[in-house]
Amino acid sequence: MTDRRLAWLFVLPAVGLVALVAIFPLGWTLWESLHLHDLRMPWRGRPFVGLENYLELLGDPRFRDAMLHTLLFAAVSVSLELALGLAVALGLDRAFRGRGIVRAAVLLPWAIPTVVAALLWRFMFESQAGIVNAALVSTGVVEEPVVWFVRAATAWVPVVLADVWKATPFVALLLLAGLQGIDRSLYEAAAVDGASRWWQLRHVTLPLLKPTILVALVFRTLDAFRVFDLIYVMTGGGPGTSTEPIALYTFDALLQNLRFGYGAALSVVVFLVTFTLALIYIRWLGAGESR
Amino acid sequence: MRRLGLVALVLAALFPFYWAIVASLTPEAVLFARPSLWPSALTLEHWRALFGERAFWLPIRNSLVVAGATTLLCVSIGTLAAYALARLEFRGRGAILGFILAVTMFPQISIVSPLYLLLRELRLIDTYPGLVLPYITFAMPLTVWLLVGFFRQLPRDLEEAALVDGATRWQTFTRIVLPLAAPGLATTAILTFIYCWNEFLFALSFTLGPERQTVPVAIALFRGQYQVPWGQILAATVVATLPVAALVLVFQRRIVQGLTAGAVKG
Repeated sequence: MTDRRLAWLFVLPAVGLVALVAIFPLGWTLWESLHLHDLRMPWRGRPFVGLENYLELLGDPRFRDAMLHTLLFAAVSVSLELALGLAVALGLDRAFRGRGIVRAAVLLPWAIPTVVAALLWRFMFESQAGIVNAALVSTGVVEEPVVWFVRAATAWVPVVLADVWKATPFVALLLLAGLQGIDRSLYEAAAVDGASRWWQLRHVTLPLLKPTILVALVFRTLDAFRVFDLIYVMTGGGPGTSTEPIALYTFDALLQNLRFGYGAALSVVVFLVTFTLALIYIRWLGAGESR
Repeated sequence: MRRLGLVALVLAALFPFYWAIVASLTPEAVLFARPSLWPSALTLEHWRALFGERAFWLPIRNSLVVAGATTLLCVSIGTLAAYALARLEFRGRGAILGFILAVTMFPQISIVSPLYLLLRELRLIDTYPGLVLPYITFAMPLTVWLLVGFFRQLPRDLEEAALVDGATRWQTFTRIVLPLAAPGLATTAILTFIYCWNEFLFALSFTLGPERQTVPVAIALFRGQYQVPWGQILAATVVATLPVAALVLVFQRRIVQGLTAGAVKG
């Protein structure tokens, strides 16, 4: 058998399965988004309505808010994760005793289910007598315990913290791998020339680390944009819908309100944004491979 | 200064776990009464309730079955695809690689409703295959992508020598490549298992009750009669963490390797 035939034989089962369970449903979602399909009103059938769902979406304040929440959440948590992740990576970028233990400890938050992370953090912020309030009151940061989950402004704090806690390890390990690919002689040369640590960081490390930083940025933005589990468990999108991200609104429209057509339109928007980000990422990676 | 930073880092990473363990051993009555870093009274009531009336071994069984089956399926089929993509020359290779990478970034929410209708049509809602099938959407691209990276790192000489000696591609693949790739296969299997063990949205949407709910869904939907049963919830989070913690402790070097291999340009 020629290599070409064998290659297709090898590739086909995997690609076929993925096409069946991912691409086919995606096409279905696209088609559905052009229909009025509301299971609460079955008598209206499933008429083709063109872009009507998308037009409704433009004037839907809950959609606009959900988009805003998602972007805000992504911007804040991803920038915190990148800054902290860089600091951690720089700290770990040297052999020292107990490095294995540190790495395992840092890896643990990343490896556990998001649902578990969400519950651990919700518990620490829960109730006026939770550990966070106890710590804040006893150190005099606040006089009265804060009721975190009743207002949007305070409810975001535990949500973002939990995300940072869970995702920073991934960013740090990615950046660490990037750091270890940097030629050490560059630092030695800079040190011989009398360059300070700070100068080395700004003029050697960061420029050479840029590709890895960009990869981490896109990866994390993609994840943050799809945020669902974390907020479903921590606030349920509340109070009201004031912390509701786009994935949660879509889930609600589909499986709670059974508005399949409109929910599909929301799904398509989520997909398009993710896809754009993914394309950027693939182009970067492709550019790296051809070098 | 640096040492201090590292200690702070480890503490920050581990404290929530410590706090969950303490709380899972604290009587309900004093759980929110006066938080102290050392437990003042200990009880096993939450743990007994978790495995007694909650029957938490059910979701554990479900998660093990679903994550195990998905991992087995994806690694076995994915290995073939990854080998072809890493080593064989054929038209459309780049396109397929791009396709696989694109699907790893698929938002699950975009396909949840058609998958629901599809599984309902096949009468697979609230069954194990009804979770394994949707899990392929993220597990298969992940395994293929990771394995392509591992196969590319293998030296070509042995394979080429075998081919010159008259071995067929298939013989080369099974007798030379697979044994060499064993560590990579193990790493891929571990990562795939972790992703499946942690999945939430599909398991939430495609199961109906405790008979088939996975661990994350069961924990997220814990309800008490009058209030949130925090003691039991935290005991359950400890249980959900244990298998992953064991994998991380034993295989941390490999996990880090696998995680960063596909993402850092070389």
